[in-house]
Amino acid sequence: MKILNKWPKYYKKDVVTHYCPGCGHGIVHRIVAELLEEMDLGKRAICVNPAGCAVLAYKYFDIDVIESAHGRGTAIATGAKRVRPDLFVFTYQGDGDLSAIGTAETIHSANRGEHISVIFINNAVYGMTGGQMAPTTLIGQKTTTCPAGRDPKFQGYPLHITDVVANFPGVVYAERVAVNGPAGIQKTKKAIQTAFQCQVDELGYSIIEVLSPCPTNWKKTPADSFKWITETMSKEFPIGVLTDKRGSGA
Amino acid sequence: MAKTKCRVVVRSEFCKGCNLCIEYCKKGALKSSGELNTMGYHCATADAEKECIGCMVCTLVCPEVAIEVYSE
Repeated sequence: MKILNKWPKYYKKDVVTHYCPGCGHGIVHRIVAELLEEMDLGKRAICVNPAGCAVLAYKYFDIDVIESAHGRGTAIATGAKRVRPDLFVFTYQGDGDLSAIGTAETIHSANRGEHISVIFINNAVYGMTGGQMAPTTLIGQKTTTCPAGRDPKFQGYPLHITDVVANFPGVVYAERVAVNGPAGIQKTKKAIQTAFQCQVDELGYSIIEVLSPCPTNWKKTPADSFKWITETMSKEFPIGVLTDKRGSGA
Repeated sequence: MAKTKCRVVVRSEFCKGCNLCIEYCKKGALKSSGELNTMGYHCATADAEKECIGCMVCTLVCPEVAIEVYSE
C-alpha cells in the first residue's frame, strides 16, 4: 500500500490545530504549506502572522514566523523584505486584522508596491473574539454586536478592501477566491501560487482574498457554511481576478 | 485495465467531526463513526462496505489533514 497524499513538508506533523471544526484556516494553511514545498520556498520563507484566529499559525507552519502587532502585518513584512530582499515574505491575515485595525498599513504597503504576498482570510466576522461585526460583515448578517442584522444606515456598508488596493499601480496581482468546495479550494491554491510567483519574479505586491467559512460564528454546519459562501457571500464579494498587471511590467 | 484498489483512513485523533469529507465523498466511502475521540468529537471513519476510488476530494476538503488515502 502506498500513500497518495504526502504530508506537506512545512506543516508540523502530529499537531492538532486549535481551529473549530470546519474552519477554512486549516484548509488554507495546508495549501500554503503545500505551495512552499512545491515552489521550494520553505527554506527562505518568512510568514507574518496576524492577531486573530490565525495568531497561532506559528505552531503549525514549520518555517520562520514573525508575530505582528494587531493589523501591522504588512508593515512588518515591508521591513523584513527590505532588509532581506532575498527572502520570501508573506503575510497571513484575517479581516479583523487587515481590513479593520490594519487598514492604513494595508493601503500604504500596497500603494508603495512592496514586494510581498498577502493572504487575506475574509470570514465576515471577528472570529476569535466571539463573532462581533467586522467591516466585511454583510448587510443583514447577524452578529453579536448587530443582533438584528447589519443595517447600512447605522453600521455602514461592507468594506471591499481588496477592490480598493487593486486600483493601485503597485499592486501586480489581486484575486478573490473562496473556500467553498473542492473546486474552490483548487482555485484558491492556484491563486496563492500565482501570488507567490509574483514575488519570486520580483514583480510587486500581490494580494489574495479568500472567502473562508466560520461555522461557529455563522451558527451553521460546515457544509452549510460552504453553501452560504457560494449563495450569499460571493454575491457581495464577487469571486475573480481583480487586477493582473503581470504582463505590463508594473 | 484493472481498477486500482484504494483505501481511505481517517486519523481519528485528528478528526474534529466537521463531516465535510462525508458531504463531498461521491461514493459514500466515509461515514460518521458514532464514537467520540479523545477531544470529544464524533470523528469520521471509512465505510468498509463502500468502495474508495482514490479521487482525493476528502483530503482536499479536510481542514485538519486527518485523512490518508492509500493505493495498492
